[in-house]
Amino acid sequence: MSLIEFKGISKYYKETKALDNVNLTLEPNKIFGLLGRNGAGKTTLLNLLTNKIFPTTGEITLDGATVFENDAALKNMFYMMERRLYPENLSIKEIFKWSKAFYPEFDGEYAYSLCEKFKLNPKKRVKELSTGYESIFKAIIALASNAKVLIFDEPVLGLDANHRDLFYKELLANYNEKPKTIIISTHLIEEIEGVLEEVIIIKEGKLIMRKPVADLLTSAHTVSGEASKVDVYLKGRNSAGEEMIGKFKSVTVLEEVNTINKTMAKELGLELSKVELQKLFISLTNI
Amino acid sequence: MFLDFNSDKPIYIQLAEAIEDNILKGVFEEEGQIVSTTEISVSFKINPATAGKGINLLVDEGILYKKRGVGMFVSIGAKEKILQKRKEGFYESFILTLLEEASKLNITKEDIIRMIEGGKA
Repeated sequence: MSLIEFKGISKYYKETKALDNVNLTLEPNKIFGLLGRNGAGKTTLLNLLTNKIFPTTGEITLDGATVFENDAALKNMFYMMERRLYPENLSIKEIFKWSKAFYPEFDGEYAYSLCEKFKLNPKKRVKELSTGYESIFKAIIALASNAKVLIFDEPVLGLDANHRDLFYKELLANYNEKPKTIIISTHLIEEIEGVLEEVIIIKEGKLIMRKPVADLLTSAHTVSGEASKVDVYLKGRNSAGEEMIGKFKSVTVLEEVNTINKTMAKELGLELSKVELQKLFISLTNI
Repeated sequence: MFLDFNSDKPIYIQLAEAIEDNILKGVFEEEGQIVSTTEISVSFKINPATAGKGINLLVDEGILYKKRGVGMFVSIGAKEKILQKRKEGFYESFILTLLEEASKLNITKEDIIRMIEGGKA
């Protein structure tokens, strides 16, 4: 089990509210996408979860026990950070050895097999790694840690398309074999959409959306056609973002597609279509 | 098999249809084993819950069946079932769309019939 609960979490930095009363429950063994624009509070949320920083108010628990200075709880979580924290002069091999000390379940054999797949030479020192390979190296440690909760902050930073593809596949292979809670914070929404089960969107420190991806996508649609007709369609509806090209208008509507909508669109000569996660995200966080 | 994330169709339905297509084409034979949820999840980079949803859709329709501890198999008579279902859906998926597009282009019913008879397909 690994039930994570954020209860009334706020974090202030002097005048700035980095997080504002976040209440969130993450059920065990799902893959969550943590989405938000730059500065929305994603990393703050992850830092709080792993006790790197402390909340101004509120409490975070893992299976009911607070994570605050709780080593037993923290050992169950592996946090792959964007920042570099490993001693630069150590080789990857040596760091694998050290990882075993902190995470007794660390699977060295699996870590080496991943190195081979990503063509990462384990004899290399951390400081010799390119940005992409540094991400790969950190992701490998996370995957091999065998922690019950894996947290990735921008895991594919600097990775080329082939390595990103391989990362998602290895992540899913790992998850299929040993289900665990995975939290991924990323800006590359489009390519991770299918991997996620649930989406958490934060905006300016506030939780604005948390839903299964499938529900989120059916909870909205795009309407497009002649601008004046689109405006007629939009009356009394909740819309988020719009795009205009001449007289043509395309708008994200925060409502399910049903027969009534379909008939109305047809009569007006408009087209209804599915909204992509990335577009919906932009619409929801753009104001 | 290929999944289109931009399509109006949910991924799990696309997956179910792709498996059906492969049964129709004989890639997956009746009584034969099909790929596992894990393999589908990893090779298409989709959440196993999504893969499972697609597979379960076909299990519910009696097209696939589960052998405990072994995997997923194609039921006897699956091909016939899929053919029946697709034929029923043919009018809605193809004819209605055809008529809609034709009306946009001012193509009359007679024109369409002439095209079909003339073998312009």
